[in-house]
Amino acid sequence: MLKLTTTRSITRLSQLYNVPAATYKLKGSASLSNVRFYSPPAAGVKLDDNFSLETHTDIQAAAKAQASARASASGTTPDAVVASGSTAMSHAYQENTGFGTRPIYLDMQATTPTDPRVLDTILKFYTGLYGNPHSNTHSYGWETNTAVENARAHVAKMINADPKEIIFTSGATESNNMVLKGVPRFYKKTKKHLITTRTEHKCVLEAARAMMKEGFEVTFLNVNDQGLIDLKELEAAIRPDTCLVSVMAVNNEIGVIQPIKEIGALCRKNKIYFHTDAAQAYGKIPMDVNEMNIDLLSISSHKIYGPKGIGAIYVRRRPRVRIEPLLSGGGQERGLRSGTLAPPLVAGFGEAARLMKKEFDNDQAHIKRLSDKLVNGLLSAEHTTLNGSPDHRYPGCINVSFAYVEGESLLMALRDIALSSGSACTSASLEPSYVLHALGKDDALAHSSIRFGIGRFSTEEEVDYVVKAVADRVKFLRELSPLWEMVQEGIDLNSIKWSGH
Amino acid sequence: MPGVTAPTRGQVLSLYKQFIKNSNQFNNYNFRQYFLRKTRDTFRDNVNQKDPKVLMNVFKDAKNELGVLKRQSVISQMYTFDRLVVEPLKGRKH
Repeated sequence: MLKLTTTRSITRLSQLYNVPAATYKLKGSASLSNVRFYSPPAAGVKLDDNFSLETHTDIQAAAKAQASARASASGTTPDAVVASGSTAMSHAYQENTGFGTRPIYLDMQATTPTDPRVLDTILKFYTGLYGNPHSNTHSYGWETNTAVENARAHVAKMINADPKEIIFTSGATESNNMVLKGVPRFYKKTKKHLITTRTEHKCVLEAARAMMKEGFEVTFLNVNDQGLIDLKELEAAIRPDTCLVSVMAVNNEIGVIQPIKEIGALCRKNKIYFHTDAAQAYGKIPMDVNEMNIDLLSISSHKIYGPKGIGAIYVRRRPRVRIEPLLSGGGQERGLRSGTLAPPLVAGFGEAARLMKKEFDNDQAHIKRLSDKLVNGLLSAEHTTLNGSPDHRYPGCINVSFAYVEGESLLMALRDIALSSGSACTSASLEPSYVLHALGKDDALAHSSIRFGIGRFSTEEEVDYVVKAVADRVKFLRELSPLWEMVQEGIDLNSIKWSGH
Repeated sequence: MPGVTAPTRGQVLSLYKQFIKNSNQFNNYNFRQYFLRKTRDTFRDNVNQKDPKVLMNVFKDAKNELGVLKRQSVISQMYTFDRLVVEPLKGRKH
């Protein structure tokens, strides 16, 4: 591994200064002039020659040290534990020797890695541009304010909105809460009814339940076995006092795309506000708030390779949607979301949105290609099913059920791949996914399902590895399972009467 | 159009080489692979571009991006993590 010594890195860094000054110019920011004066490279700094700038974070080593500490406390050595296990399980950490140990990341619905180009934008704001964007009296405020407004324009452009209609929040959860609580509270004198679906994200469902306590009525729409809502059922649920319909664009667990355009048209016809939770959809499927008649739209930054801790909400201005703000304060963001904006996060979010638009076609083609490969590979094993609609789905989210294998034990056997059996929010508890339940899957199948997420930075090599690893481990776990043995013997599991003790 | 001259073949090739070199310096496997793929795709997409004005803009953007790549590949070498299970331990210098 390359040790980056001070002398070497200073030469490398000073090389960076040879890049023309225009390179460092903040795009579109008028307040920063073309001419830049750099302080000379820190050539005079004297340190030990072999002083390393590298900071290596070895997570696996820490995990192994912990495991061996536990093992020695209980009196067995870790080697003995591995030797007592079977071969497939002993390789659960690592398929071959001669390769690294860090797991492949395939949980892109939980969060995505920050794009280096986004980090490059952010760093400016954590080093020099630290002004408060709401400070109107000095240039520190002006320069960050310009950057914030640039970012707002980039975020708006992706969904064909006006920059003034974008409100920055702390994330999609806050955006969803703001809508689900703010809109009904504003119109509570005349409207008392909300409509949402059973497969929404937890934050929408919980916010809707909270509104029930405030005296609102909520209709939770059912979905069919493909995960799609029925438009006729939605139309039947609409009442004269309905004020809001909230349907997510792309489901976080099964990747199903709801018919947003049709729902938007239906809501507009009935003069009801339409909110869509686009945390998983923004930048990943084509969306146009005007064409789709969307009045409110929640966005999350860390799902589009941006920084964590920021999101946004689109609030339509014509016809105007009124919201009672959750937070009282200085009246920033049109008074809907008070509190000082975080320019590093906002600028990073803006850059991430810009890249989503710029790389849209390339990313789509790449994700589709890998997704097809992964789906074909996984479904080639027997008794595996793809959950959700095969046609109306975002290819980057693949939810597969492996019958006769327990999902959590499969995840344990796949320690070299970072996966989850559903949303990250429910991964701590062992309850089966409510989304799969809503699709009519039984407990056993809901328990044995795993979600694979593919993104911009996934590679073909990784997909090949995952297909092979999953096939091996599923085969191994099924051989341990008595249920699998019965299935192989041709016994119908539903015909068995399990006697209670 | 007077005043606008397309970058020469030598300039473009040198830029391409620098992109590949700097992409290869990412310590992070996924970022390295992505920027290598993106570099190849971007240069291939513009291989038949003849309009000097468009070419000059593409060239200018690419130079900005090279700056980003140079800075970020250095950062990637400073903050390193374990190699991925698909990455061979030998055969790479860093």
